[in-house]
Amino acid sequence: MGHRTPLYDAHLAAGAKMVDFGGWDMPIHYGSQLEEHHAVRQGAGMFDVSHMTVVDVAGNDSRAYLRHLLANDIDKVPAGRALYTCMLNERGGVVDDLIVYKGADQFRLVVNCATRDKDLDWMEGQAGGYAVDIRERPDLAMIAVQGPEARGILEQQLCDAAGEAVRDMPFFGFETVGEWLIARTGYTGEDGAEIILPGGKAPELWQRLLDAGVRPIGLGARDTLRLEAGLNLYGNDMDDDITPWEANLGWTVALDDAERDFVGRRALERHKEQDHPVMRGLVLEDKGVLRPHQTVHTHSDNGEGEGETTSGTFSPTLGQAIALARLPAGTTGTVEVEIRKKRLRARVVRPPFVRNGKAAYKPQD
Amino acid sequence: MSEIPAELRYRDSHEWVRVEDDVAVVGITDHAQDSMGDLVFVEMPEVGVVFAAGDEAGVVESVKAASDIYAPVSGEVVAINEALEDEPELVNNEPYAGGWLFKIKMADSGELKEMLTADQYQEQIDSE
Repeated sequence: MGHRTPLYDAHLAAGAKMVDFGGWDMPIHYGSQLEEHHAVRQGAGMFDVSHMTVVDVAGNDSRAYLRHLLANDIDKVPAGRALYTCMLNERGGVVDDLIVYKGADQFRLVVNCATRDKDLDWMEGQAGGYAVDIRERPDLAMIAVQGPEARGILEQQLCDAAGEAVRDMPFFGFETVGEWLIARTGYTGEDGAEIILPGGKAPELWQRLLDAGVRPIGLGARDTLRLEAGLNLYGNDMDDDITPWEANLGWTVALDDAERDFVGRRALERHKEQDHPVMRGLVLEDKGVLRPHQTVHTHSDNGEGEGETTSGTFSPTLGQAIALARLPAGTTGTVEVEIRKKRLRARVVRPPFVRNGKAAYKPQD
Repeated sequence: MSEIPAELRYRDSHEWVRVEDDVAVVGITDHAQDSMGDLVFVEMPEVGVVFAAGDEAGVVESVKAASDIYAPVSGEVVAINEALEDEPELVNNEPYAGGWLFKIKMADSGELKEMLTADQYQEQIDSE
């Protein structure tokens, strides 16, 4: 038996098919992954993401510590905003990607569940000399409510203070109301919010949202939604041996402050000057389904090359297969993907594939 | 509980066969479609191809994964279900009716005796 979130019984009651996910018993779908996907694009869906690891960082040196630990710079955002960032190893490889919620006097990090042990060890290991308190919060649950109708429903269903906060919140803003943290963040490419709350309160909120017509969404649709949104998945699209330059994450690396010597900075600066592959989107023009680890044959001004898909799926919104792929720099136009010994044509594009319910990708020039 | 019609014959790789004269109509079982989830693509054999029983004959792909389909009997492919090109979800919705995959003109109807009955197939999935 794996770990169970406070919503385990609610998932069974909703007819979930449960699977092992990084040591947790989690819902993969509640009947139809496709219907759940469309529900988030067209209405509102909710995800139990309580398996994710929440870590609070407090103490006098917490700002300095996070400016050392993280490749993005928390000084770029004011208190009350969230920031997406990677933490890197000394080689510039990605230890994990995460969201930091920057509070007035402390920080909350949400890191991946599959990398929990590694991340906590790494964070402790980097804390030498800093007066910081790093505390995991297994007592908290997390519910993501996503879709064009999500914030409207939350405004109605949350208490007054929290409801108003959701209504007025800027993109990537957050507020704490009592023990709850409510953020306008997500992993679907739709508007919505993520709510971090005491585990004991989660079943009540879940039921309330269920009664208000919010559909429970499993991890299956979470993956197709994030891929349509062009969002990376740690372990698929980047890992300890991949730098942000190779994973479409250059925008999350803050090099502006030359004084800020974050972990991996020197390796990253060297790597930036070298030839390295880049991550692009693929849209399959032939019939078939793209999957991770398919070989991609490319041709550019530099001649023939080869790359690999890192994430791939059938896009329910587009009705075509899509993928993220690591390709030789300069690859444009069309490429061929090898699927069961056949070569199928795919177009090289710039993700996101889908934004706010509609096709959004651009050709890669 | 998945549906396992008594009048069909089964392979342990989750294909079913319905005999219509000397032609075997082939599909995948309710159990198989349920474990795969929503199907989004079916790769069919070409009409005229001749298979031996157990040959790879096609692929069904769900949002999650791809799964091979094996020819349950030997013979020539005489028809494919063209509706599945636009509506692969028929395999989910009607695995034993509108969701059939292809038809094989059987070379040796004796092979049917080697296939599983509904009860035997039920036993197999219970033990999985």
